[in-house]
Amino acid sequence: SVRCFSALTPELKSTLDKVVTSHKVVLFMKGTKDFPQCGFSNTVVQILKSLNVPFETLNILENELLRQGLKEYSNWPTFPQLYIDGEFFGGCDITIEAYKSGELQELLEKAMCS
Amino acid sequence: MGVTKEEVEAALTSKLKPSHLEVIDTSGGCGASFAIEIVSEQFEGKRLLERHRLVNSALEEQMKEIHALSIKKALTPAQWQPQDEPKEAESASH
Repeated sequence: SVRCFSALTPELKSTLDKVVTSHKVVLFMKGTKDFPQCGFSNTVVQILKSLNVPFETLNILENELLRQGLKEYSNWPTFPQLYIDGEFFGGCDITIEAYKSGELQELLEKAMCS
Repeated sequence: MGVTKEEVEAALTSKLKPSHLEVIDTSGGCGASFAIEIVSEQFEGKRLLERHRLVNSALEEQMKEIHALSIKKALTPAQWQPQDEPKEAESASH
């Protein structure tokens, strides 16, 4: 089955551009930072909390268009999706790897000071 | 209906020609959920994000049915060292 319908309208795209650039760290996730509704999302929330960095979260479970549109916007099929300094950083596995290697902390420090 | 471990393996094998591939079914019966370790020459010169994108796009069809996918390792053949002597391996790469 071919789907030509795109959830990523120009309006949604410009909204997302604004969202990811108006905060240093944005996490699109299932649930909220206080009530994650998926283990993968929870993992990234805990990593960000442990690094003591301020971050915004958006609950994709509350907005199906946002959820579908983001997959196209990020060119990434799953959630959570982490944005740092306006750029897509990765999903859960990449965040864990970068956390272990110290790369994430380095990048966040750079983002906070920029 | 659904996606099997074999389908995931077949898609990754045909698209990424891995020299090592391990697909683990982590669903426990509640839906398609997999963990993957993959070693491929196609990861050469690519950052982790780009490597994961390659895996995701190789599984584009299957992703519609997959509930959770965890890419544990996406390495080049040079990075893939059978477990022992990590120190040796590190100095050898310099």
